[in-house]
Amino acid sequence: MSTVILLLVTGLGLGALYFLIASGLSLTYGLMRVLNFAHGIFLTVGGYASWWIAVRLPLPDPWRFLVALLGCLVVGAIVAAAVEVGLIRPLYRRHIEQVLVTVGLALAFTALVQGTFGADPISYPAPAWTQGVTQLAGANIPNSRLLAIAVAAAVFLLLSAFLRFTRWGLIVRAGVENRAMVSALGIDVQRAFTLVFALGGVAAALAGALGALYFGNIDPERGTATLIFAFIVIVIGGLGSFTGSALAAVVVGLLQQFMNYYSSVYWGFSAAGDLSVVLLLAVVLLWRPQGLLGRSVG
Amino acid sequence: MLGRVRPGRSAVAATAIFAVLAAIPFVDFEIPGLFNGLLSTPGTLQLLALCATFAGVALSYNLLFGYTGLLSFGHALYFAAGIYVTDILLTRYHWALAPALAATLAVGIALPLVLGAIALRVSGIAFAMVTLAFAQAGSILVLDNPGRLTGGEEGLGLDVTHIPDLLIGVLNTRYLYWIALGYLLLTFVICWWAVNSRPGRVWQAIRENERRVEVMGLNPFAFKLLAFTLSGFLATLGGIVYLLLLGGATPEVTTANLSLALLLMVVLGGAGTLWGPALGGALYEYLDFRLLKLSSSSQVASLPSWLQAPLSQPLFILGTVFILLVFFFPGGIAGITGRMARPTRSPTAGTVADVPPEVAR
Repeated sequence: MSTVILLLVTGLGLGALYFLIASGLSLTYGLMRVLNFAHGIFLTVGGYASWWIAVRLPLPDPWRFLVALLGCLVVGAIVAAAVEVGLIRPLYRRHIEQVLVTVGLALAFTALVQGTFGADPISYPAPAWTQGVTQLAGANIPNSRLLAIAVAAAVFLLLSAFLRFTRWGLIVRAGVENRAMVSALGIDVQRAFTLVFALGGVAAALAGALGALYFGNIDPERGTATLIFAFIVIVIGGLGSFTGSALAAVVVGLLQQFMNYYSSVYWGFSAAGDLSVVLLLAVVLLWRPQGLLGRSVG
Repeated sequence: MLGRVRPGRSAVAATAIFAVLAAIPFVDFEIPGLFNGLLSTPGTLQLLALCATFAGVALSYNLLFGYTGLLSFGHALYFAAGIYVTDILLTRYHWALAPALAATLAVGIALPLVLGAIALRVSGIAFAMVTLAFAQAGSILVLDNPGRLTGGEEGLGLDVTHIPDLLIGVLNTRYLYWIALGYLLLTFVICWWAVNSRPGRVWQAIRENERRVEVMGLNPFAFKLLAFTLSGFLATLGGIVYLLLLGGATPEVTTANLSLALLLMVVLGGAGTLWGPALGGALYEYLDFRLLKLSSSSQVASLPSWLQAPLSQPLFILGTVFILLVFFFPGGIAGITGRMARPTRSPTAGTVADVPPEVAR
């Protein structure tokens, strides 16, 4: 029983990280049909920026991490806005070129991080509390998982409220529905897009810092590796559907953890979790090509 | 339909180029700066053979991206299948060469046929992500080393018991070079024939406007699956050549980075043309090799550290060049030369998707 609870919480924690990355991807795709292949670099930026700040701050433990976390969110927003203004906006409506440019950026940036900080994982100065465990129904749950879940849930509520109750959120929702109509009404969708892009960068940077706690280190390749699963999440959830990505992130995270654990225990085959996620993707595509909560698109 | 294809002057030029390339192992000629030592040395021939192999694999990817407009992020899977299936059958199961190759070719048709049929349920960006996910599954499988078949991170050296003696050993590199060149020639001819055939014209129509193809009563799905399967098969063939050339498999060939590199090669050379992606593939492989050499050279080591970090990473340079290319020369090398040949063409017409097909001839 305690194993099930542990797997449940760990799977939710992984789903939380997927959600933080997928939410930005899904909204930018929904609004502007932009696939940002460089979205993983915001995760890398978050991890490395928070590490860089934390190892230089002479503060006691929880404050050091919190300041580093805030710092990495600011850096994430700036980098994301710069990418949007500098690389994506000039290629407005040329979707293939936008993908190509972000592919080039993802390769170049990952290589740059490897060249600057080394290709090997760097151990992360995690605060003591996040390295501890909490007793929950007889299971020892690592606190870093609980933190990831709590933060992702808060981000989900905040972003939902933003989309539901603010004027900008209204523009974004309307833009996802019918961008041409919103533009025709004289509303600047481009500015809303820059805002959404920066918010996506912040969420991914947050995932970078939380992921550093989750895995205990930072790694130049993790951005791309996690991005691939985030892609699976948004296709399963339905491209452009915010709630769909949240739902799919939870499903994918749980499936991956449970399958990985039980297949390695019973069959000695530890990759089954990752493979079953891809299998789930294939099944969803055959059964419902538009994704769980997506509307059918041409 | 084939009667409409007139090989003409470009076929003569292509034949001449291949004849010159095939003669390289016999010339004791040195190109200082570009290659170390004589062109006929095994080291240079090995590099040239790698360039030829990737030129062929880039051509196979070009069928998808350049001619059918399908953006796949998982083409490395079919290339890696050629490498690993052959390697496992020869090394782990000790099959003879001929049945091992036959089985690999069968996999090279079945794998893209099945996975393509699923991935083509969606189009555009979703298709790109699904192909990426499938290729990632292959990569995970290889790294996980089930039943100790793939060798995991270590890779799997090729057992050469059943390989003809002519293809083994440094001194015989020239034969491997000719095999690689033969693969490139075969791929080139098949691609040229395919894009000029009736299905090839439908591919290009799908790239331009899929809805119109549907309205004309054709089924785009079947044509796209044909392109996907042929392209995957040619990549598998390239994998076999690569395996013979390097004498083993390493898991790097399964990663998303290789799929992205293929995309870079095609765009670098000029998507939707025939010789462009071949040139792009060869050039990319050459640059990757030379930049790696440069990064460990003494010139780079003497630079200030803020310059050293980026210059030590070939992918940083290649990725940056790629971004600049997409912004300023979206038609790639073929687009640049095409524009010079036809100065009246509007320079804005050079987006990746609408490189004029006539550049190909």
